Amino acid sequence: MIEVRELRKCFGATRAVDDVSFVARDGEITGLLGPNGAGKTTTLRMLYTLMRPDAGSILVDGRDALREPLAVRRALGVLPDARGLYKRLTARENIEYFAALQGLERHVARSRTARLLGALDMGAISDRRTEGFSQGERVKTAIARALVHGPRNVLLDEPTNGLDVMATRSLREFLRALRAEGRCVLLSTHVMQEVAALCDRIVIIAHGRVVADGTSDELRARAGESQLEEAFMKLIGAASRADGLA
Amino acid sequence: MRAALVVFCKECRESLRDRRVLTNTLLLGPLLGPLIFLVIMRLVVGHELEKAERPLPVVVIGAARAPELVAALRQLGMAARPPVADPELAVREQRIDLALRIAPGFAEDWQAGRPAEVEIIYDASRREAGSDVERLRAMLDGYSRRHGVLRLLARGLAPGLISPLIIAARDQATPQARGALLFGMLPYMLILTIFIGGLWLATDSTAGERERQSLEPLLINPVPRDRILLGKLLATACFSLASLCLGLLAFAIVGRFMPTEQLGRSLALGTHFVAVALPALLPLVLLICTAQVLIAAFARSVREAQTYLGLAQLVPVIPSILLSVMPVKAQLWMYAVPLLGQQLTLMRLLRAESVAGLGLALSALVTLLAVLLLFALARRVYESERLAISS
Repeated sequence: MIEVRELRKCFGATRAVDDVSFVARDGEITGLLGPNGAGKTTTLRMLYTLMRPDAGSILVDGRDALREPLAVRRALGVLPDARGLYKRLTARENIEYFAALQGLERHVARSRTARLLGALDMGAISDRRTEGFSQGERVKTAIARALVHGPRNVLLDEPTNGLDVMATRSLREFLRALRAEGRCVLLSTHVMQEVAALCDRIVIIAHGRVVADGTSDELRARAGESQLEEAFMKLIGAASRADGLA
Repeated sequence: MRAALVVFCKECRESLRDRRVLTNTLLLGPLLGPLIFLVIMRLVVGHELEKAERPLPVVVIGAARAPELVAALRQLGMAARPPVADPELAVREQRIDLALRIAPGFAEDWQAGRPAEVEIIYDASRREAGSDVERLRAMLDGYSRRHGVLRLLARGLAPGLISPLIIAARDQATPQARGALLFGMLPYMLILTIFIGGLWLATDSTAGERERQSLEPLLINPVPRDRILLGKLLATACFSLASLCLGLLAFAIVGRFMPTEQLGRSLALGTHFVAVALPALLPLVLLICTAQVLIAAFARSVREAQTYLGLAQLVPVIPSILLSVMPVKAQLWMYAVPLLGQQLTLMRLLRAESVAGLGLALSALVTLLAVLLLFALARRVYESERLAISS
């Protein structure tokens, strides 16, 4: 479970994240939905302790991310925006490297890696060097290495970016399986279909602020629209007007 | 510490799979220096030998007037060539290098015991002419002096009368020291192998990882960043050390093929040199690699890192020049300056001079302190928020 309270981050004069609060529960997929530049990536980067917030608090399974960054990172599996692999290592070696950095014993690392390679349907490419991997193969490898330590909480920054329809479908299946295991899944996206198809709860972010937060039904009811996309436009538009931007 | 080891192993494994790294780090870097060195030495040595032993071709005009003189010059190494019509013109047109004209009245003057005239015709503006003219003049001087002495003796006078001054030049440079002058660039070349060995890994493991977007995922692992830094640094140092060892080995082998004895120059490039130089250079390996990793972490891109690191390679030229331009006595404080201390040690080893244990200890201590300082700086760069973020 991830609890974010009044998170704030400035870059110079720009307020990239301004007073963001939300909760991502176990056994649910929570979507951070917002246009490009809304502050989704910065919020996630603070969650996985790559950046320090200027104000606010982050609790992961009850642990304070500012006070215990290492413990929090151990409880998280992260697919960041940057998903570069080591191209002279095989997919399996890439995953086992992160397993070792997570402090897993070698035999545990081996069996976990093998299980993930199976779950992500990567058998054919597992011992190939990652140089020349397709976008989908790269994302799968990056997800496998992020989850090799079996984290309770999974953060994904735009996970389906650049994936074709097939890869997107199988990734969604995989994320549903994670939810079924009772994990807390938090993903950011700007793609409406993604949240509609996948997310139990939606947190809409625009201009660094949380505009709305609830299930798909709740959001539509609030905006008085039958389509999620219309609701989204309406809610974001309201926020823009409030900021005097639109 | 386990995490640092994990990072170290992965960096080494990945680099060993890159053919470019292998050729640059383990082949080109350590071998290029010694090979260039060998070629230069061969050229220098060949040239000097050639100059000393090669017959000196001289066009002789009027050889019949002084058969004795010509015979004596032949014995000293002159190769007499048949006369040409206008030797002055021939020299100017560069058809011949050097001509000797024996004056028409030579035989008459010689018989009468008067100074007899010979002329050397040459072009001083030509680069090679100087030493050839000197050689011919020395031959003529010798002949002239010998006959002068004989004439004095014939008149019952002491030959010492015409040489009030005896000049004896006694060079006190040991053969090794003379070699070391020539080999003054060797310490720099050795230190350069350290730079080349660490260059690729230092750039690739920070600036390169950031550019390829793999640094951010790496830093999300629950590992303190200084462990990751340490692992990368040790891997860099390991390749750098390998390059240095190969460089030392290559120089030791090349040293055997140097015709140093023929030149009266010799070079202490043996086992003792390697046995002292290697441990003396170990702290410097750490220092150079830490500096490289620091610079690479600081740079915004691989290209920028390479530019900075290329410039950094010129830094050890400064003590090299200092040591060769001002042949100052080795003083203790010099050992306390990183780079200068190690170059001084190498110089003294090459000259087969003893290196003070205190100097070695001081050099190692100060260099290691500098390593700690640079490591602390690199750690600050690593801890900074902007490290992982490429855009």
